[in-house]
Amino acid sequence: MEERGMNDRIRRLRRISTETPVHIDLERARIETEFYKENEGKFSVPVTRALFLKEYFSKKTLYLGDDELIVGEKGKDPQASPTFPELCCHTVEDMHIMTERKIVPYHVEPEDIEVQKEEIIPYWTGKSMREKILARMTPEWQKSYAAGMFTEFMEQRGPGHTCGGDRIWTRGYAEYKEDIEKALGELDYLNDMDALSKAEELKAMAIDCDAICILGQRYHDLALKKAAAETDPTRKAELLQIAVNCAVVPAHKPETYWQALQAYWFTHLAVTSELNPWDAFSPGRLDQHLIPFYEKDTEAGILDDERARELLECLWVKFNNQPAPVKVGVTLKESGTYTDFANINTGGIKPDGSNGVNAVSYLILDCMDEMKLVQPNSNVQISRRTPQKFLKRACAISRAGWGQPAFYNTDEIVEELLNAGKSLDDARCGGSSGCVETGCWGKEAYILTGYLNIPKIFQLALYDGYDTCTEQQLGPHTGNAEDFATMDDLWSAFVRQMKYFVDMKVQGNNVIEKLYATEMPAPFLSIVTDDCIKKGRDYNAGGARYNTRYIQGVGIGTVTDSVAAIKYHVYDKKDLTMTELLAAMKDNYVGHDDVFRMVHDHSPKYGNDDDYADAVMKDVFDLFRDTVTGRPTVNGGTYHIDMLPTTCHVYFGDVLLATSNGRLAHVPVSEGISPEKAADVSGPTAVIASCAKMDHASTGGTLLNQKFTPGVLAGDKGLDNLASLIRTYFAMDGHHIQFNVIDRQTLIEAQKHPDDYRDLIVRVAGYSDFFHNLDKPLQDEIINRTEQSFD
Amino acid sequence: MLTVTNIQKYSIHDGPGIRTTVFFKGCPLRCTWCHNPETQAFEPEIMANLEKCTHCGKCMQVCPQKAVTVMADENVLDREKCTACGMCVDRCPAGARSLAGEEMPVQKIVRAAMKDELFYDESGGGVTLSGGEVLAQPGEDLLPLMRKLHGECVNLAIDTCGAVRWEKIEAAARFADIWLYDLKVMDPATHKTYIGMDNRLILDNLVKLRKLAPRARIFIRIPTVRGISGTDENMRETAHFLKENAIDPEEIDLLPYHRTGSGKYGRLGRTYEGGDLEAPSDEEMKHFQEIFREAGFTKVNIGG
Repeated sequence: MEERGMNDRIRRLRRISTETPVHIDLERARIETEFYKENEGKFSVPVTRALFLKEYFSKKTLYLGDDELIVGEKGKDPQASPTFPELCCHTVEDMHIMTERKIVPYHVEPEDIEVQKEEIIPYWTGKSMREKILARMTPEWQKSYAAGMFTEFMEQRGPGHTCGGDRIWTRGYAEYKEDIEKALGELDYLNDMDALSKAEELKAMAIDCDAICILGQRYHDLALKKAAAETDPTRKAELLQIAVNCAVVPAHKPETYWQALQAYWFTHLAVTSELNPWDAFSPGRLDQHLIPFYEKDTEAGILDDERARELLECLWVKFNNQPAPVKVGVTLKESGTYTDFANINTGGIKPDGSNGVNAVSYLILDCMDEMKLVQPNSNVQISRRTPQKFLKRACAISRAGWGQPAFYNTDEIVEELLNAGKSLDDARCGGSSGCVETGCWGKEAYILTGYLNIPKIFQLALYDGYDTCTEQQLGPHTGNAEDFATMDDLWSAFVRQMKYFVDMKVQGNNVIEKLYATEMPAPFLSIVTDDCIKKGRDYNAGGARYNTRYIQGVGIGTVTDSVAAIKYHVYDKKDLTMTELLAAMKDNYVGHDDVFRMVHDHSPKYGNDDDYADAVMKDVFDLFRDTVTGRPTVNGGTYHIDMLPTTCHVYFGDVLLATSNGRLAHVPVSEGISPEKAADVSGPTAVIASCAKMDHASTGGTLLNQKFTPGVLAGDKGLDNLASLIRTYFAMDGHHIQFNVIDRQTLIEAQKHPDDYRDLIVRVAGYSDFFHNLDKPLQDEIINRTEQSFD
Repeated sequence: MLTVTNIQKYSIHDGPGIRTTVFFKGCPLRCTWCHNPETQAFEPEIMANLEKCTHCGKCMQVCPQKAVTVMADENVLDREKCTACGMCVDRCPAGARSLAGEEMPVQKIVRAAMKDELFYDESGGGVTLSGGEVLAQPGEDLLPLMRKLHGECVNLAIDTCGAVRWEKIEAAARFADIWLYDLKVMDPATHKTYIGMDNRLILDNLVKLRKLAPRARIFIRIPTVRGISGTDENMRETAHFLKENAIDPEEIDLLPYHRTGSGKYGRLGRTYEGGDLEAPSDEEMKHFQEIFREAGFTKVNIGG
């Protein structure tokens, strides 16, 4: 594997990060179990949660490795993955599976399995959120969930999906505590009937301020102790500076660039230790947060570009040291990766709407180029005001073929946020996190709730609500396709099935949202999210200024082509009967070559700038959007949609028999808003033109993948053309585009000889991953994604 | 009607920026190394990829001319009988057959070519008319096509071999912004051996074009085959010819020979005669590039 990093220090740190096997760390679970045994029922729920975090930060094993400049690990050491039994209490069998599975294994020490069995499981059985949630779901929900109609995000992981705003960089937790105590003092117990619960929430936040300050203090002490024992004068000075940094942050606001990065990192650890929220946590627009510190320090002569970049690379290692919380079951299938989706936005616009690219933006690009790590997820924000130099530099990095950075359309994100009811000021401070999700950073809880299998919903509309894959009735009785005289009849059935499953998903979500609000608050995350302190309400209970729940649609390419094939052949041209088509689908097209040819090769396909197919795409998209958008959530928010898959398109395809577009049984469905695999035969401009016909502004994010062979993008001309593709797509209001620049043969070789290609990174969906970490169907799919090559 | 073999979007090697290239069918030349042999004949043709053939016999059953014979290990098309009606193409379950050449009205071509207008605007691209030889298409349809595209304010490039009547070039010059002009071999005898005719007309036309349209952007493209066009002598003579006639191209593209089109000959029922041809080495290509640079040409590319 290639050694990367700007100097020996970074190379050593990076090597530890990339070569240490991912392992389960039970320390958090043990401390938590002991704490709960002792204290359960003594305090209010939020206060109990906060006291536990304080206990964990007071007792946890600290890690301060050689060479480190930024300190702090979520677990005991790099690549340690703490568990969260209060959310998902793993069975002994789970533990055997996670350590033994070939893909995305988490190593478990045999003695830890004993600890799990003897200490953790006996206490948490029946108490974990996963059990509480699943016990409260209806039999219909259970059946449909098991059959792969949708997935559920919160059955193993907490809601989160957010990024930090400005305040992390401008306030310390001692100051936050003053804000909280002020809010406590202002509570009106006479007129406000919620004053008591607000008080408990605020008390919990105040305890969490102490918790993070204790962690900082302990690192200060440890750094001093290590400095005293250090013989190398250079390292000694570094350790002393680390000690000074930890004396300032997280208790107080950072004064220097170095302290700013350390301050963020403490916040990151606290958010991701409190619970295991999806998408971890992110600094958001890191370049804009850092630029004041960078300017001040460089003018004072205490920082140069080399040091500034080295500190960034240290932060990158820190992100990479944190594997995603271990997942099992369906959740592993929808998100089979170590990546925890922390996503750093670079570029974009400033809060006043002007160009946001600055000197640190270029340092971040250099850092991501140098480090080539799957975490953090790095993207660039491109607006109309973004300088071409910045775009081309980002294109040059992307062209090197590992999927990062991804490109996001800042102007479109602002429009999406405005459309969802945010103020202009807040919209301009937002961005995209996780894979592609839009939110107002530091001010919004925008929770992904699960993926919806749109091709399967359409499939049920053909069979009177019957699932041919699991052989059971899942949907309402809406008639058999053979009895539909017109396309409108079929469409009406699809509309009813769509409504039924979205209703079911939302009903389930309502229960889960309520459970989290009352039983699993996140007081620490609430400290850093406006306006939780002001409202005295938890992040998980609607305390944020804006509250959004997303349902993510998967398979728009597959379902579009499936609907289009029926509309075109059965109802318009009438050269194929529904009976013939259904018979062919039932036989997985075996022995039905003619029908297969008609629907697979002689049918309008999305992704070719073909107005017939693209009009179908718009109809399907509008149906999904209109069925979801605007519904109220339990805590006063609103539902919106996203169009992204992570790895869920593989799972959703696996639970779906042959579809009417000629896609065979169990093959992955299309990912993001990309066309069905190999259906796009007209080049990238046609793909972009088709995708742009979707109304991106009414979503909370869409994901478009394009794969290129290196030859297509060769030379300065290739770079110019890539930049033009991006600019044009964004002028058409596209939300996001990312590139895999790898030749097919390389991938085939990599699949045959994984050991020889251990460093090969590919963009999977909203993130990049090591190719050898992907399972075979996903590898096959990436190999088969249409290559846009015109040699 | 104009006969089109392909309309290729995101075409990035046929002129500046992102372009759409329309490939027309029919060419007056027969270059031995031609990698698009399906664009040589003017009439539509069936291409049959026998590697994919499963010998199911459906093409034979459906052919109204009885031009196809399928046996256990054979699939023969009688091209004398074949009218390229395309019925066997639609019927073939293996996707082994395709139709090279579709007759298209002007408006359909314009509509397809203008679909990527926004990409042209952003990238400085446009539409390229290529072939085969675009200027060998019938003038009564070709001129309206060029006029319409010109009217759309799109950057229009003509990719030509130059072996057409001067009047065709003269007419096209009113609409074309860019000329991609192929020069192959300077020696007339060698030219005739490998290309089927000598180069007098091609060279004369280029000189006249430069005079007629002094502001047109001309890109010279040289398919470079080792020992034929890819010799020091040929490169020097080409450079000399350009200098002598005050042709100052915007770019010179040295296009190394490649074999990717050789498989298509068999699908057309023909034999590839270029089996002995070779591409120059990278060093040789760089050396040719140097010859042009020494002669004072600044922008000389290897590859498109």
